[in-house]
Amino acid sequence: MTSLNEFLQHLVNTLVLGGTYALLGIGLTLIFGIMNVVNFTHGILYTFGAYIMFVVVQKFGLNFFLALPVAVVVGWLLGAVIELILLRPLRGSDIDTTMLVMIGAWIAMQSATLWIWGGVAKSVPAPFPEEPLVLGAVSVSWLRLFVLVAAALLIVLTYLLINRTKLGCAMRATFQDRDTASLMGVNVDLVYTSTFAIGSSLAAAAGALLGPVYVVYPEMGDLASVKAFAIVILGGLGNITGAVIGGFILALAEELGAGYVSSGYRDAMGFLIIIAVLIFKPTGLFPRAERVG
Amino acid sequence: MKSWLGIVAVAALASVPLWLRDPYLLNALITTGIFIICAMSLNLLLGFTGQLSLGHIAFFGIGAYVSALTSLGFDVGLPGGFRIVHEPWPPMTGFALAVLASAFCGYLVGRLSFRVRGAYFVIVTISFAEVVRLVALNWVELTQGPLALTNIPPMEIGWAGLESFVFRTKLQNYYLVLVVAVISYILIARLVGSHFGRAMRGLMENETLAVSVGIDVTRTLTLAAVVSAGIAGAAGSLYAHYMKIIDPEVFAFINTVTMVIMVITGGKGSLAGPIVGGLVFGLMPVFLRPVMAPEAQWIAYGGALIAILFVMPRGIVPSLTARRLRSASTASDTFVERGVKEGA
Repeated sequence: MTSLNEFLQHLVNTLVLGGTYALLGIGLTLIFGIMNVVNFTHGILYTFGAYIMFVVVQKFGLNFFLALPVAVVVGWLLGAVIELILLRPLRGSDIDTTMLVMIGAWIAMQSATLWIWGGVAKSVPAPFPEEPLVLGAVSVSWLRLFVLVAAALLIVLTYLLINRTKLGCAMRATFQDRDTASLMGVNVDLVYTSTFAIGSSLAAAAGALLGPVYVVYPEMGDLASVKAFAIVILGGLGNITGAVIGGFILALAEELGAGYVSSGYRDAMGFLIIIAVLIFKPTGLFPRAERVG
Repeated sequence: MKSWLGIVAVAALASVPLWLRDPYLLNALITTGIFIICAMSLNLLLGFTGQLSLGHIAFFGIGAYVSALTSLGFDVGLPGGFRIVHEPWPPMTGFALAVLASAFCGYLVGRLSFRVRGAYFVIVTISFAEVVRLVALNWVELTQGPLALTNIPPMEIGWAGLESFVFRTKLQNYYLVLVVAVISYILIARLVGSHFGRAMRGLMENETLAVSVGIDVTRTLTLAAVVSAGIAGAAGSLYAHYMKIIDPEVFAFINTVTMVIMVITGGKGSLAGPIVGGLVFGLMPVFLRPVMAPEAQWIAYGGALIAILFVMPRGIVPSLTARRLRSASTASDTFVERGVKEGA
C-alpha cells in the first residue's frame, strides 16, 4: 500500500512541477518556432522572475500575490528590450550568430544578478499555512497548489492569446510563412518583439512561481534553459499543446527518476529524453510543423 | 598561415618564459594554452564542418578523468558483484588512454548526432556533456564526486628502466602545453588541407551538392568529430596533470562557452583564429582582474562577445585578412560563393 501511496505522491509532485515546466516550454517554443532563435536568455529570465518575487515580497514588503503580475510585466519588458537591442539589428543573420549573442547576453545578465544580489541562495516567504493539504494518501502544500493553479491559468491565457486575438493570428501567420505574412500586411517586426516579450514573461512567471517553492540563486536558470529545450524538442517546434504535454512528461520522468532510480540523476532525465527523442524521433513526439497553436 | 609566420609565432611564444617571471601570469598562460588546444579542436568541427558542438567540454573532461584515473588507480564495484581494481599506471599511458577514450566518445556522438543538424545538434551535444557531468558527480566510488580527484601525479615522459622526465614546474608545463599545441595545430592543418578537409568544407557550404559529387557525409563528419574529440581529450589530460586536482566542475557549460567564444571571436574556419581569440579571451580576465570586480568581469566578457559579433561577425582573423586580400580572392572562395548562391 505504501508503494502505491508513494507513486501517487510522485504524480501530485509531477503535476506541480509540470505546470511550471509547461510555462517555460511554451515561452521557448514560441520564440524558437516563430523567430528561429536559440534563446539562451530564457533561463536567466526565469532567474529574474524569481528574484523579482524576492525583491517585491522581501524588500518592499508587498503582497505575495501582487508580486507575480509584477514579475510577468518586468519579464515582458526585459524580453522586449533584449529583442529590440540585440535581435532586431541581427535580423537575417544565421542562427549561430543570434545564438551566440544570446549566450553573451545570458553571461552578462547572470553575472549582473550575481553582482546585485550575491551568490547566497535566498528564500521567498509565502503567505500560506504550514500544514499541507492532505487528500487521502497524498499531501500537497498550499504553496504548491497555488503554483499549479497559477500555472494552469497562465497556460490558458497564453492559449487564448495565440488562438483568439489578432496578435496571435499574426504570430501564427508569421510562423507559417514570414514573407507571405509580411505581404499580407502583418508587421513582422512587431510580431517578433511581441513573441520574444511574451515568451520571456512566461519564463519569468515560471521562475516567480518556482522561486518560493525552492530557493533563489543566480545559477538557478541554467538548468531551466536546457530543460526548456528538452520540452520544446519533445513537443515539437512551435507546438503549444506539445509543450504542455512535454512539460508534464519531463516532470514525470524527473519525479520517477529521482524517486526510483537515484535523486542524483534527477536532472539527467531531461537530457536523456532529449538524446533519445532526437535519435529516434527527431520531429518531436507531437509534430505539427504547420502551425502554432 | 604562412610557414615563416608560424615559426616566428612559435619562437615568440617559446621565448615568453625567458622574460616573464611572474608565476601568476605564467599560470594564466598555461591554462589559456590548454584552452586554446581545445578551441582549435572545436574549430575543426565548427569552422570546417559547420557543426556547433556545445558539449565540447565533455571530451576535455573525459580526457581529464581518464588520464587522472589511469595514473591514480581505482577500485570500483560493478552490479553483479564484480570489482574492477586498477593499479596506477604512468601518466603517459593516461595521456594516451585519454586521447583514445575521448576520440571514441567523439565517434559515438558523431555517429549518433549527425543525424540531426543545426540547433538540434547543439542541444544533443549540450545534453551529452550534462549527462557526463552528472555521472562524474554521482559515481562517487569512481570519481569521488564533488570531493574531487586529488594528488594527480605530474606528467612524466620516459620508458621503463630509463631515466624519466617529470613535468613539475610551471616552466616545464608551459613548454609541454606549447609542444602539444603545436602538434595539434599541425595535425589540424594537415587534415584540413587534405581531401578530407575539402570534403568537410564542401559539406558545410552546400551539403546537397557535396553529396551529389560523392562525398560520404557521415564518414567525413565522424572523422572530424573523432579527431576533434581526441585533441580535446589530450588537452584534458594535460589539464589534469597540471592542476593535480579535478572535480565535476570541469564539465561546466561555461567552459564550453569560453571555447566557443574563443573560436568565434578569433574567426571560425581560420586556423589561426582560435589562437588569437584564445589569447584575447583567455588573458582578458588577467588584465581585467585589477580593475574590476569578478562579476563585472563576466559582464564585460559577455558584452565583448556581443560587441565582436556585431562589429566583426566573421571573427578577428578573417576580418583582418579579408581587408588585405579583398582583391586577390582565391579560386576556392569563388567556388564557395557560387555554392552559397545556388544553395540559397
